[in-house]
Amino acid sequence: MPRYHQDMRHVLSALVHNQPGVLAHVSGMLASRGFNIDSLAVGETEDPNLSRMTFVVHGNDAELEQVRKQLDKIVSVVRVQDISSEDFVERDLMLIKVKASPAQRMEIVLLVEMFRARVVDVSPNDLLVEISGQERKIEAFIDLMRPNGILELARTGRIALVRGMRARDSSGDVP
Amino acid sequence: MQLSGADILVQSLVRHGVDVVFAYPGGASMPLHQALTRHKDRIRTILPRHEQGGGFAAEGYARATGRVGVCMATSGPGATNFVTCLADAKMDSVPILAITGQVKTPVIGSDAFQETPIVEVCRAVTKHHYLVTRTQDISRVVKEAFHVASTGRPGPVIIDLPKDIQDEKIEPDWDPPMDLPGYRPDRKVAPAQLEAVLTLIRQSKRPIIYAGGGIISAAASSWLRMFAERTGIPVALTVHGLGGFPSEHFLCVQMLGMHGTPYANYAINEADLLLAFGVRFDDRVTGKVSEFAKHGKIVHIDIDPSEINKIKQASIPIVGDIQQCLRSMLQIMDNDADQAPSRNAFAEWIRRIEGWREQEPLRFQDRQDAILPQYAIHRMWEIIRDRNGLADTIVTTGVGQHQMWAAQYYRFNTPRTWFTSGGLGAMGFGLPAAIGAQAAFPDKTVIDIDGDGSFVMNIQELACAYCERLPVKVLLLNNQHLGMVMQWEDRFYESNRAHTYLGAGPQEEPYPDFVKIARGFRCNAKCIRHKEDFDDAIIEMLDSKVPYVLDVLVPYQEHVLPMIPGGMTVRDMIKA
Repeated sequence: MPRYHQDMRHVLSALVHNQPGVLAHVSGMLASRGFNIDSLAVGETEDPNLSRMTFVVHGNDAELEQVRKQLDKIVSVVRVQDISSEDFVERDLMLIKVKASPAQRMEIVLLVEMFRARVVDVSPNDLLVEISGQERKIEAFIDLMRPNGILELARTGRIALVRGMRARDSSGDVP
Repeated sequence: MQLSGADILVQSLVRHGVDVVFAYPGGASMPLHQALTRHKDRIRTILPRHEQGGGFAAEGYARATGRVGVCMATSGPGATNFVTCLADAKMDSVPILAITGQVKTPVIGSDAFQETPIVEVCRAVTKHHYLVTRTQDISRVVKEAFHVASTGRPGPVIIDLPKDIQDEKIEPDWDPPMDLPGYRPDRKVAPAQLEAVLTLIRQSKRPIIYAGGGIISAAASSWLRMFAERTGIPVALTVHGLGGFPSEHFLCVQMLGMHGTPYANYAINEADLLLAFGVRFDDRVTGKVSEFAKHGKIVHIDIDPSEINKIKQASIPIVGDIQQCLRSMLQIMDNDADQAPSRNAFAEWIRRIEGWREQEPLRFQDRQDAILPQYAIHRMWEIIRDRNGLADTIVTTGVGQHQMWAAQYYRFNTPRTWFTSGGLGAMGFGLPAAIGAQAAFPDKTVIDIDGDGSFVMNIQELACAYCERLPVKVLLLNNQHLGMVMQWEDRFYESNRAHTYLGAGPQEEPYPDFVKIARGFRCNAKCIRHKEDFDDAIIEMLDSKVPYVLDVLVPYQEHVLPMIPGGMTVRDMIKA
C-alpha cells in the first residue's frame, strides 16, 4: 500500500515507559510498517519513569489512525495523542554555524535579533547561533543564512504540548 | 530463604500453573536446567531436538490448552532458533513464553561466545520482551509476561535472562506489583453499539458471519453457534476459525478465501452485511481488498484496536472480546425479541447459498489407481468419525498443499482440534506442534498431516516423540515435491520446475526412505501407495502406542482447488 503521499501534517505526542530499547522498538515498528516520519524527538518528562516522544507525520486520516494504533499497541507506550486538532504549542531548537567575516557579523546579528535568536559562540570567521521556534521560523532563518554560507547545523526535531491541559497531560491519570 | 535467579524463575513458572516446558539446554541456560531438575515433580521438561521444535511444541501446547506454552533455550544460536516460532505465534496470536539464557551482564555487548542481542532481534516479532538485568525483577517480569501473553490479543513474549542473574541468590518477592502502565487489554463494549449491530442485521437481507481465530482464543464457539442459530445467519470460517463453528452444521459454509469453498466466497461476495468476528482481513481471505465484500456493510469486532479499519473500513467498528459481545447480543435478543431478526428472515438467502453448494460443492476427481491426498485426508476423517473419535482427535499440519487439503477435507467440529501455521506459513510446524498438543493431552489422538517437504524440516523431533513417549501420528502425503510452489509453477510459471522437486531422480525410488528414518528413531512406520491398503494402514496408525509415520505415496499432479489467485476476486476463481 503506498503510504508516502503527502496529505495532512500531524503531530503525535506519545508518553512511553522510560526503558532501554523503547526508542528502537518505536522507530523499528514505524520503519517496518512503512510509516514516514518527518521528525522525532525524545526526552524525559516530569515523571522519570516516562519519556515523551513527539512525532511529525504526514499522511491521510486512515494512515494516521494506523500509526496511532500501532504505537498504542506497543506495550511500553503508555498513551498516544494526535494533538494536531488541538490548540498546541510546537517548538524546534536549532544550533547553526554560519560563515561570518568581521564585515558580515553585524548584518547577521541584526537578523539574529529580529528572529529572537541568540549568538552563543563567536570565532574569527564564523558565528554559532541558537534559535527556537516553529518549523516555519526555523526554515526561514536557514534560508536567510544560506547566502552567508552554512557550515553546520543541528536540530532537535519538533516537540509539542497541548495548551492549558495539564491534568490530561500529566502522568497522574495514567491507569 | 535465598534462592538463585534460576530457581526464582522456575518457581515463578510453577506459580503460574506451568506443568510442561519445552527446553533445550546450553551454556547460558544451564542454571535454569539445573533448577528445572529441582522442580521435576511440578514441571515436566521435554527435550526437543532443535529449539525451533521446542518453540513450535510450545505453540501446539498453547493452542491445545488455551494456556501459555513455555519454551526455553540457551543464548545465541539457541535463541535465534526461536525467531521463527515467535514470529509464527505473533502472526497467529498464540500465547507463548520463550525464555532464553544470555551471556553474563558484564560481557553483554562484547560479542561474547554465543551472544546475540535476542531482544533486539525479536522486538518486531513479539508482543513484548524483557532483558532482565536485576535478579529482583524476575518474579515481576514473569508475572507480567504471563499477563501480556495471555490477555487481550494473545501473543508471544520473550524473557532474556543473563547467566549471572540466573546464579545470583536473593530473597524473592513472590507477588510484586506489575509495572505495565501502557498495557490495557480490557475493552468494554457499550450495549448501544451491539444494538446497532442487531439493527443492521434486521435491516439486512443477505448477512454472513466471517469468523476467525478470535472465536477460538476467546472461547466463544458455543456462543457463536447460539448466535448463528438464533439469527439464522450462515457462517464462513478462516483457516484459524475452523473448529470454532461445527463444519457439519447446516449454517456452515466452511472456509472462505483463496482456497475456500466456492459457496463461501460467493456468499461473501453477495452479502449485504458482513459480520467479521475475531478476524483481521488477511490477504489470503480478501484477495483484492477493494472488491472484497464490497456490496455490503461491515461490522468488525476484534480485541485488537489496530486491526479495526486496517484493511477494510467498518461501518460499525467494535473493539472488544468477541465472547462478551456475542453473549451481550444474545442477552439483548432474549430480553427483547424485537431486537432479533424475524424467524426465517434469511431463508431465501440460505436457499441461494444451498443452491451454490449443490452446484459447486467442494470436490475432487477421485482415482482408483492411486491414493489422492484429498481422498486420504477425507477418508481418514471418516474412519475417525466412525470410531467416534473426532472430538478427541487433534490435527496439525505443515505448510503447503496438504495443509489446505486438510483445511478443506477434514471436517472440524470442535475448537482447539486444529493447529496450523496460518499467518507466517512456517514449514516444519506440524510434527513439533503435534508433540506439544500430545504433551498437553496424552490420551488424545494427535495427527500431524504433513507433506514430505515440511516434514523433513523438523523430522528430528521424532526422537523427542519417541523418547518422551508421546505417540503422535504422522499422515505423510508424500508427492516428492514442494506441492504448493509446484502448483504455482503450473499456474503462473508455465510448469517450469525451479527446485521444487525433492526426489533423487526419476530412476530412483521415492526419496528419502521415510520408513527407515522413522524406524531409526524407533517409531513405527509403513509406506503405502495402493488405495486398498489405506484403511487398514490408517487403523494401524491410529491404534499405535508409539509414534507412527504413515508414508502415503501420492501423485504430485493434484492442485488445491478452487483457487482465487493472490490479489484477485471471486470472479477469477480457478475451478479446474
